[in-house]
Amino acid sequence: MATSQDTRAAVRAHYEPVIGLEVHVHLLTASKIFCSCSTRFGDPPNANVCPVCLGLPGALPVLNQQAVQFATLAAMALNCRINERSIFARKNYFYPDLPKGYQVSQYDKPLAEFGWIEVPATGGGAKKIGITRVHLEEDAGKSLHEGFPDSYDHTYLDLNRCGVPLIEIVSEPDLRSPEEAYEYLTRLKEIILYTGVSDCNMEEGSLRCDANISVRPAGQREFGTKTEIKNVNSFRFIRQALEYEIERHITVIESGGRIVQETRLFNSNEGKTYGMRSKEEAHDYRYFPEPDLLPLVVDAAWQRQIRALLPELPAARRARMMREYSLTEDDVYTLTRTQGMADQFEEAARAAKNPKRVANLVIGDLLGRLKAQGLEIEQSPISMKGVAMSADLVESGAISGKILKDLYDKAFERKEDFPAIYEKEKPRQITDTAAIEKMIDEVIAANPKQVEQYRAGKTTMKGFFVGQVMKASKGQANPALVNELLDKKLS
Amino acid sequence: MDISTLTIASARAAILERRTSAVALAESFYQKIEAADKQIGAFLTLTRERALAKAAQIDAIADKGDPLPPLAGVPIAIKDVMVMRGVRSTAGSKILSNFVAPYDCTAVARLEAAGAVVLGKTNCDEFAMGSSNENSGYYPVHNPRDLSRVPGGSSGGSAAAVAAGMSVAALGSDTGGSIRQPASFCGVVGLMPTYGRVSRYGLIAFASSLDHIGPLTKTVNDAAILLKHIAGRDPLDSTSAEVPVPDYEREIEKPVRGLRLGVPREYFGEGLDPEVRAAVEAAIQKMAQIGCEVVPISLPHTRYAVPTYYVIATAEASSNLARFDGVRYGYRSPQAGTLSEMYRRSRDQGFGAEAKRRIMLGTYVLSAGYYDAYYLKAQRVRALLTRDFEAAFQRVDAIVTPTSPTPAFKLGEKCDDPLAMYLADIYTVTADLAGVPGVSVPCGESKEGLPIGLQILGRHFDEGTVIRLAHVYERARSG
Repeated sequence: MATSQDTRAAVRAHYEPVIGLEVHVHLLTASKIFCSCSTRFGDPPNANVCPVCLGLPGALPVLNQQAVQFATLAAMALNCRINERSIFARKNYFYPDLPKGYQVSQYDKPLAEFGWIEVPATGGGAKKIGITRVHLEEDAGKSLHEGFPDSYDHTYLDLNRCGVPLIEIVSEPDLRSPEEAYEYLTRLKEIILYTGVSDCNMEEGSLRCDANISVRPAGQREFGTKTEIKNVNSFRFIRQALEYEIERHITVIESGGRIVQETRLFNSNEGKTYGMRSKEEAHDYRYFPEPDLLPLVVDAAWQRQIRALLPELPAARRARMMREYSLTEDDVYTLTRTQGMADQFEEAARAAKNPKRVANLVIGDLLGRLKAQGLEIEQSPISMKGVAMSADLVESGAISGKILKDLYDKAFERKEDFPAIYEKEKPRQITDTAAIEKMIDEVIAANPKQVEQYRAGKTTMKGFFVGQVMKASKGQANPALVNELLDKKLS
Repeated sequence: MDISTLTIASARAAILERRTSAVALAESFYQKIEAADKQIGAFLTLTRERALAKAAQIDAIADKGDPLPPLAGVPIAIKDVMVMRGVRSTAGSKILSNFVAPYDCTAVARLEAAGAVVLGKTNCDEFAMGSSNENSGYYPVHNPRDLSRVPGGSSGGSAAAVAAGMSVAALGSDTGGSIRQPASFCGVVGLMPTYGRVSRYGLIAFASSLDHIGPLTKTVNDAAILLKHIAGRDPLDSTSAEVPVPDYEREIEKPVRGLRLGVPREYFGEGLDPEVRAAVEAAIQKMAQIGCEVVPISLPHTRYAVPTYYVIATAEASSNLARFDGVRYGYRSPQAGTLSEMYRRSRDQGFGAEAKRRIMLGTYVLSAGYYDAYYLKAQRVRALLTRDFEAAFQRVDAIVTPTSPTPAFKLGEKCDDPLAMYLADIYTVTADLAGVPGVSVPCGESKEGLPIGLQILGRHFDEGTVIRLAHVYERARSG
């Protein structure tokens, strides 16, 4: 039914999706945002609680300075403008895992605004995605609906997560496809990981994402009615949920219906979204300034201190690597897919005599083999250290390019790293006197000037002859024998 | 020894000179409470074990001849809005009838650390919401001076306990007048410190930006002593100020000659009881005789204070009281099948009428579409009221007014008219909104023998001047 596919694609082409994302990231502080309880994940339920994070009457919040520093660092990495003075606000709603009946968050005066990051654009090049705001808030606890003998009619609460510091990163509605949304999340996560303020572990809930999606006829300025997708726990599922929602919106609109503004949950088993009952989401959060906390002031001096902690970020690193190792953009992306990989590569490259040769080996000799075997770079039998070692061997003339390729093939065949393969397979030494003498004769014949100089007393020239012979033997001649025979021939 | 006239100073001396032991003193106060409190209703919970243990500790120090702490063995009462570890803390509400706090309020802990003996927790309007103590979820408090009348509120239990001699002194809390107004109704001294002067940690919140802890005592000197011990920065309360705490006992001895007293005309208008007016005017005259200069002033935004207060206070209350949902502690309705029923029924059955009224009002003024018209506008007016005070304090060192427009009214008199009840705070709410300190000191009696209070307000963190004036006036009046 190619025609129906084509028609759908044609219909889809008439619409433009508009997507904005809200990302929550746990900050890796040792203690919670408003009390000194531990933020450790996986402790027994309600082990890390106190009057403050339990919201007991009379308990008051005291802001964790480390959380402010981490949030500010992340905001700076996202190119935000830091507001010297921001205000905490209460977001009021009832939920059993929200002990105070309100979440301390930020509302009309957030910590940071007007940021952006770049993502690879669908048609090539880069596209700037705006970041509306980054604000600091506390996490809620967890309701445990399963796993207890009386779970059929009881819900248990684990309040360990209550008060774990979070930043919420809100994007502008600048994303135009699920693929861009996926790229945005990937880049965003990478930047946050580089700053070290979060481990962005989605399984443990330290990175969570909600998506706002609408579609509009291509060329129309006004946005369509949006829906919000919640409860999605991987970037792949976000992409999938957005695909589903876009199709759903278009189908509804095409059939003359109207999109209802609502919150929808994604069911990853079915790959579908479902509307929550509208009653459950009829929220008026009644935000107002939190009277228990003073305005948050991150003054110029503190901002300077925090900015000094900014590491080299992924985009800057890629640009530098392209320059430093003469790599293409694609190659750099491959080498920097994870921070660890990029670090290993750069460490190996810097340890090697010729960093560019390391890059060339990775791109020219390693990646092709990986691709042929369908392996990710993390699964490579040859480590970056191995690549560095092989580069140095080629550099010194100890092995030829051809031998290197053979050794790489063997390493892939046997799934062993380069140093092990080299140890076993390193070329046998030539100890045949006749063969070496023949090579020496050739070198002498080819370099009469140098021979003259040597014989005139410039004995330091000997090194040159040794090098030439080793080179002619592709590094395989026994060096002691070469020295001995050279002395004889040159005297 | 007649314990009913004991002050902190005299109780301290009695123990220091070993005319009595701390245990004996505590026991005699419990006897007094047993005899008198049935009619008054000032206490909700007695902390006898903790008190006697503390008293025994003091006596042991005295027996060894070691130096005694400054409040050694002084019996005090604590308004039930302040939590104490292991003690039931209800805030006067049924919804917390079974709540035992696992930690101590900073102000209480500081008094105990200074050697004070806590006799018990005093009755109050539910969550400190009220001006008559009739909103207690348990029982009303009767004014010791006339049992048919209210003691004022919301710290009515604390004021009545001190006035009836059931405690030497007490802590109360003031959000719209809740220390000063009951002090004036019961004929004792009530001091509201500057916002930020005393930590709110452990004070069950009514309206966080307006709540103040302060002393209720028999003398201004006692108020100075208690303030000295509870004041000062607390790392557990971000809004507590990093401002040095002077020695208030010395502050009150400084001369007052030449101090300028502002008399705001807005506090002497319609609704002011003639007897109260006469007493306050006489007091002002007395202060002029002592050497103060009396200056007529105006606080032009005063008439907006009560509505502004009831917008901001209820907005914050609606949020502060959200945690009482029956989920983790406090009252949970047994007749709930679903989560939403549990919330609704627990809160319906646990809260009294006034708390519900204020939660609804506060929820309304914060709601989408109303926030700007109510909450935001009230914040702007609050800033204007604060500016009124700042301008006045350019010209004068303190402001004197009546504490309350009338003496204590009858129980039941205003119960059905919340607006009339709210107007009982008309002279006190401004100071809470502006965050300035104020004291109420007795300045006479009505023909019926009901106490009248004089209110003295001061600059931010200038409690020293306020209590110095009150002290000098108190001495002039009695002497």
